[in-house]
Amino acid sequence: MAEEAIKLGGKKKSFFIDKVKELIPDGGNLNLCLTCGACSSGCPATGLEDMDPRKFLRMAALGLDDEITSTPWVWMCSMCQRCIYVCPMKIDIPQLVFYARQSWPREKRPKGIVGSCDMALRNDTCSAMGASEEDFKFVVEDVLEEYQEAQPEFKDMQAPINKEGAEFFLNQNSREPVTEPDEMVPLWKILHLVGADWTYSTKGWAAENYCMFMADEENWKHIVEVKKKAVEDLGCKVWLNTE
Amino acid sequence: MQDPCQLVRKSFGDPVAEDLRFVVKSVVGEENFVDMTPNKSNNFCCGGGGGYLQSGYPEARRQYGKTKLEQILATKADYCITPCHNCHAQIHDLSDHFEAGYHTVHLWTLICLSLGILGPNEREYLGDDLKEVDVFHPESSNF
Repeated sequence: MAEEAIKLGGKKKSFFIDKVKELIPDGGNLNLCLTCGACSSGCPATGLEDMDPRKFLRMAALGLDDEITSTPWVWMCSMCQRCIYVCPMKIDIPQLVFYARQSWPREKRPKGIVGSCDMALRNDTCSAMGASEEDFKFVVEDVLEEYQEAQPEFKDMQAPINKEGAEFFLNQNSREPVTEPDEMVPLWKILHLVGADWTYSTKGWAAENYCMFMADEENWKHIVEVKKKAVEDLGCKVWLNTE
Repeated sequence: MQDPCQLVRKSFGDPVAEDLRFVVKSVVGEENFVDMTPNKSNNFCCGGGGGYLQSGYPEARRQYGKTKLEQILATKADYCITPCHNCHAQIHDLSDHFEAGYHTVHLWTLICLSLGILGPNEREYLGDDLKEVDVFHPESSNF
């Protein structure tokens, strides 16, 4: 492919890739690239924004920090880790992408992701759609009651909330309680039929964590900690996060 | 069936992908299950993960998703099962946007359908071919 020659800078400065190597286990193997291209050949993001995983890593290795910390491609990589899976050297390119996302000023990061993260920080439900503890409890109880009546075979079905000592703590994506509550029911039925001892929680029930996607370490950690505390406060043995 | 990257490649690997196939084949019948290639830990991401759905780059997201779309179309399957919310939203959108014609369902929908306990209001994502099949308490429909 004929492309414009890449010009390297002069004297060595503090390179982005070196900072990332200090942050991730084994340096993410970022200096072990054999340039084979297995990553790029199987990456659905290859070609978007004239970028691909191998090119991104090579540019980082060459110290082209301005380019890799400004390309919107970092928001077009889903960090699915297939590149690591196929890489003979197991290079952690997605983590490099994560820190490149983090280098963006907060106000320039995608508004949808920032908004969902901010919404999740508003209360302890961690819902990116802003559903409150009361809203969630109301919807679950309302839908449950409706189905217990309409489908008598399930009159004893439960959708427990804040049940202490339950074996499974189940998270729920906000989409169902907020926009399509009937979709929660098939899952409840399966749990009921297998006799699972499970519970929702009013705190930390929402499965999603957009603060992670926007590479906001502090708030990502906060959200995980709120959920972890909810699991521990109820004394549940297994935390099921369906996300 | 879409192997969710988060569940399979990034968490529990091929054993959980085998478990998923056991469940899906038990539910739909072995002869009705068509695997995509590549699959399991080596699957392609659909493009719904990593915040993509909220990132404000829908054109890039759909371009990315074409890899998955072509994989699904190659199976000629009528339904793609998505045991992950992000996969469900993205693969459903791909079918809609590119008018691909396949349906996108949660695993719980098919499990309950196969058990004969799927009510009339729990069928949002079923196609016309299954919408009226073995409806549990049809009189409880909202519509």
